[in-house]
Amino acid sequence: MLPNGSADVTRVLSPTAILGYGFPVDSLREGLRRHPHVIGVDAGSTDPGPYYLGAGKAFTDRTAVKRDLRLLIEAALSEEIPLIIGTAGGSGGEPHLRRDLDLVVEVASELGLHFRLGVVHAELDKGRVVEALRRGEIAGLGPVPELSVAAIESSVRIVAQMGPEPLVQALESGADVVLAGRAYDPAVFAAVPLMRGCSRGPAVHLGKILECGAIAATPGSGSDCLFGSLEGDSFEVEPLDPGRRCTVTSVAAHTLYEKSDPLSLPGPGGRLDLSRTSFEQVSDGKVRVTGSRFVPSDGYHVKLEGVERVGCRTVSIAGCRDPFMIAAIDEIVEAVTRRVHHDLGLDGDKCSLRFNLYGRDGVMGQLEPSRSHVPLELGIVIDAVAPTQQVADTLCSYARSTLLHCSYPGRVATGGNLAFPYSPSDLPAGEVYRFSIYHLMAVKDPCELFPIEYVEV
Amino acid sequence: MKRVPILDLAHVIRSKNSGPYELTFDIVFKDRAGYRLAVASGILTAELFARLYGIGIEQVLNVVFFAEACAVKATIVRPVVSGDIGDTDVYGAQQHAPLLGIAFPVARTP
Repeated sequence: MLPNGSADVTRVLSPTAILGYGFPVDSLREGLRRHPHVIGVDAGSTDPGPYYLGAGKAFTDRTAVKRDLRLLIEAALSEEIPLIIGTAGGSGGEPHLRRDLDLVVEVASELGLHFRLGVVHAELDKGRVVEALRRGEIAGLGPVPELSVAAIESSVRIVAQMGPEPLVQALESGADVVLAGRAYDPAVFAAVPLMRGCSRGPAVHLGKILECGAIAATPGSGSDCLFGSLEGDSFEVEPLDPGRRCTVTSVAAHTLYEKSDPLSLPGPGGRLDLSRTSFEQVSDGKVRVTGSRFVPSDGYHVKLEGVERVGCRTVSIAGCRDPFMIAAIDEIVEAVTRRVHHDLGLDGDKCSLRFNLYGRDGVMGQLEPSRSHVPLELGIVIDAVAPTQQVADTLCSYARSTLLHCSYPGRVATGGNLAFPYSPSDLPAGEVYRFSIYHLMAVKDPCELFPIEYVEV
Repeated sequence: MKRVPILDLAHVIRSKNSGPYELTFDIVFKDRAGYRLAVASGILTAELFARLYGIGIEQVLNVVFFAEACAVKATIVRPVVSGDIGDTDVYGAQQHAPLLGIAFPVARTP
């Protein structure tokens, strides 16, 4: 299926910030009334941390994603426009892609719909990454340690972030709906504009704004639609809910969001140069953006994201309301930690015991500058990580019981040092992962890492 | 020397991850006048952010002025990678409090 309409203007509908966050049906309908050429939606993010990529689980809820998919698949097919979903299942690896693929097939079956689905894979074989490292094709991305073969081999899962090219390939091969693994957020919005001959700078910049749904409007929302319209070297963007507006400030400020430099945004194939971009309020709710440029890089590079397993975690949450204990908490925590390590004889390299102290520096940790006030109470989270759940349970339990009964200067409350809100007090929290790969890999062909399979649904 | 509190001039003061290894701060001013006053004060430097967060200056990756949005952005190296052992804020969205006390010196007009 090909996108329809004139080649002069290309219209793109973004229903929501993340597939599963929802959107009002009225906003979607308003968007469809404007005859978009494509519906694009981002289905994932690294924001929620390394767990989901490592565990192969989706941070987006199945029921919520299915609800969104029903509305979007139906809309796309009835309008005869493509639907492109990127970073499926929240993280874009194989199990995540599988989760959303199952949902797409379920929705199609329930609605009696038949179409060609392009499934674009993004999880990499470790061997491929090792090869690239040995050929000197991998570079760090920001303040990350240099990549080693050992780090690649000990990783649990590695994905590469595709640009728009594999999505274009899927569409050119007749896909009506494209479900992609890890993708550069703007790519799902830029693919059809690029096919229609739009200039890459505005197409990618528009994608950057649309990827967050109505967050770039005011009042902002991650659960509402945004509509973009590209023409020449500019685009216009507006929300679909009459209660929201795009303003120069809301759109320009959005360019800052989650990125280190608002003027130069690197991505697959090159960077977005916004140093000559201007923002203009063209009507009450609509902003025109002109002058965004795409500067191709020397060679084509994709971002790799990878995680390694750390162990298993058990936490215990407790409060303390005794002023003498609160005053002595640093010494107490230090003494308990020493005692636990000594008594259990655990491997310090593989086990970690931490105490988050809410009321003092639980939120900012070592960055907290204000340390002079004394809180009325402390919220203590005992965080034990060890190679197995059983050892994590033991570590947490021993730390909890030691902290509960330990003595300290000025102690009068000998009934117990902690107030537990729950029974059981110790909560096994499952597997723990950490990001271990966040690097750029050079490729000769933008599609080479991203095989596509076609499913006749 | 008159000092104008940041909350009089800015309507967005936030922190957020920029990928799992970097923490980025945004200050978005209510209008061009406020933005100009803040920039003219000269205090929005890497040194300021290093001091407010008690980190080495080399941990401050950039301070960028974005006039189109009346905004200033600063990015630092995350002391702990997002979600790693010892992290206190996976999304990095609650690290902005030290910025709330910023006050911009204004030279009195003669």
